[in-house]
Amino acid sequence: MPELLASGAARAARSAAPQALAAPAHMSYREAAREGLRAALQADARVFLMGEDVGRYGGCYAVTKGLLQEFGPERIRDTPLSESAFVGAGIGAAVAGLRPIVEIMTVNFSLLALDQILNNAATLCHMSGGQVNVPVVIRMATGAGRQLAAQHSHSLEGWYAHIPGLRVVTPATIDDARFMLAAALACPDPVLLFEHIFLYNMEGELSPSLAAVDIDHAAVRRSGRDLVLITYGGSLHKCLAAAEQLAAQGIEAEVLDLRTLRPLDDAAIMAAVRRTHRAVIVDEGWRSGSIAAEVSTRIMEQAFYDLDAPVARVCTVEVPVPYPKHLEDAALPSPERIVQAAQQLMSSGGPP
Amino acid sequence: MSAGVQQAAVTRERGLRLLREMLRIRCFEDACVRLYGELKIRGFLHLCNGEEAVAVGTMQALEPTDAVVSTYREHGHALARGLSMNALMAEMFGRESGSSHGRGGSMHIFDAGKLFYGGNAIVGGGLPLSLGVALAQKLQGRKSVTACLFGDGAVAEGEFHESLNLAALWRLPVLFLCENNLYAMGTAIERAESQLDLPAKVRPYGVEAQAVDGMDVFAVEDASRAAVARMRGGAGPALLELRTYRFRGHSMFDAQLYRDKAEVEAWQKKGPLITLTARLKAEGLLSEDDFQRLEREARNEVAAAVEFAEQAPWEPVGQLERFVYAERPHA
Ligand SMILES: Cc1ncc(C[n+]2csc(CCOP(=O)(O)OP(=O)(O)O)c2C)c(N)n1
Ligand SMILES: [Mg+2]
Repeated sequence: MPELLASGAARAARSAAPQALAAPAHMSYREAAREGLRAALQADARVFLMGEDVGRYGGCYAVTKGLLQEFGPERIRDTPLSESAFVGAGIGAAVAGLRPIVEIMTVNFSLLALDQILNNAATLCHMSGGQVNVPVVIRMATGAGRQLAAQHSHSLEGWYAHIPGLRVVTPATIDDARFMLAAALACPDPVLLFEHIFLYNMEGELSPSLAAVDIDHAAVRRSGRDLVLITYGGSLHKCLAAAEQLAAQGIEAEVLDLRTLRPLDDAAIMAAVRRTHRAVIVDEGWRSGSIAAEVSTRIMEQAFYDLDAPVARVCTVEVPVPYPKHLEDAALPSPERIVQAAQQLMSSGGPP
Repeated sequence: MSAGVQQAAVTRERGLRLLREMLRIRCFEDACVRLYGELKIRGFLHLCNGEEAVAVGTMQALEPTDAVVSTYREHGHALARGLSMNALMAEMFGRESGSSHGRGGSMHIFDAGKLFYGGNAIVGGGLPLSLGVALAQKLQGRKSVTACLFGDGAVAEGEFHESLNLAALWRLPVLFLCENNLYAMGTAIERAESQLDLPAKVRPYGVEAQAVDGMDVFAVEDASRAAVARMRGGAGPALLELRTYRFRGHSMFDAQLYRDKAEVEAWQKKGPLITLTARLKAEGLLSEDDFQRLEREARNEVAAAVEFAEQAPWEPVGQLERFVYAERPHA
């Protein structure tokens, strides 16, 4: 182990809280994620980043640009195309006392590391009777919408949320892109962090004086009394756009950003249902066996008598994502499909 | 594989045939660049400029009954395999007349009739598939082989190593064709491989292996034919490392900061079209007129394919959920 990493370990364990940036900063989601990485690398000498093309190339979505120059090749490690090996190595390094951040280019390639994620990261704590913890963070891009066809358009974060032992987080805002990583690193368990490919170019203000976020709670991104749109990740912005359109028609939609898919924030979901009595779940995963199905079931279990109408879902149509734009658009959730689902919900059920 | 591969004679007929095929590919790829700029082609587009001799040389060695498994950088392989250029271009456009009904795009060219099994965009993903195709060929008592093309980057994947071992263990007729263009996206091969001598790396698996100048279409064809002949005679799998270079970026989103312009220019001087043309002219087998004519024919064919793609219909949105399950009953 490099001296740098060894000596910094004890000191860094107590200085986990990231620093807020000085000026109220306008930045892209990509820059916010990069700032989060920089802060983590600065705060804790045990932290290092590895993955394909994260160093010299600057990351396939340019998130890690400049980090190699700043932190050197020991801490910004380019790996060969060996997803199973380097994800497993990240898990092993976490077990042995480091705080690895592993980048898998996209969720599509995480399937080559699925065995390591499921059979090692998610189970070592339990199999060892709690002796072994796995504080690894695995980041990856997710989602469709760029005409990348059937092997490069997966949204499998809901699938990973099926697995006990993992935590699954989905930053959808500039603040979360900036600060969720620190919270994930502070967590003693493996955290999978999903960044939707459509968010990287999104720009916005970092909330002034914000220094940290948690990864335990959902967040209300817009309030509204008539129904709640429950969503996460890239679909958040489709929901906000849909809520604008609905407002113009006199329908006030609350928008709840789940933020963390495992464990789900049941309290926030039920509170939203109790406020609005109607729910539409918007999820870029395929509909069957989706995180949307899980949320819907929990609402049925915990808030059935608060509903004025059956829970509705807007998910990706159950087809591998096709290449042509018109077909891809038709397959994915869109503001139009969300508006339509909300309108239907408003005109169905409800007290007489 | 022993060093001395049988060299077939370089005749005018052979030289012109190979040059023609390579020009078709180069013109096709150059048209794709323009069409990407015009937003006619979208998504990821990976071009094979510089690697035409690999596509054309390897495909010469195959019979129509042999199978091909390829990657997302497969336009050249598909054209050299004899897929319709019209269907290929329509696929780039995402039109219904495309080789994959428009569903796949640039990275997923398929033609079951030509035993061209894709177009795989997961690095290393085609290798295990090729084993199964070869296993079926073998169990059905055919003398066919399966050519599996992949990049140098795939050599680092577990699927590569599992596949070579299994192919050797079961003596499957797979011709592994490693298109070594020295880079996997931005990662130079020296930074990815512990052993840069790929034939040395794979021989311990029991796979015959040889490095070939992938810029020399004759050398590629000769080595491919020799390997295929051995496999038809019952030998186990073989691997050719085809040393080449990609002239363009990894995809259309690549600023190429990881390599020097000078390096690219040096390789361009060794490019497969330049060297082939120069050699044929020097040997008196090709005139400038011949060259002009071949290039014009290739351009015309590509222009016609673009026109075909422009006119081709879009698939109706109502058919979105097609092709998820088989539409024909089990044979
Ligand atoms: C399993 C997997 N990991 C990562 C990627 C992203 N990716 C696509 S192409 C590529 C480089 C592959 O290089 P190589 O195999 O040498 O083929 P080349 O592009 O040079 O033809 C990478 C990293 C992928 N498609 N699949
Ligand atoms: Mg390569």
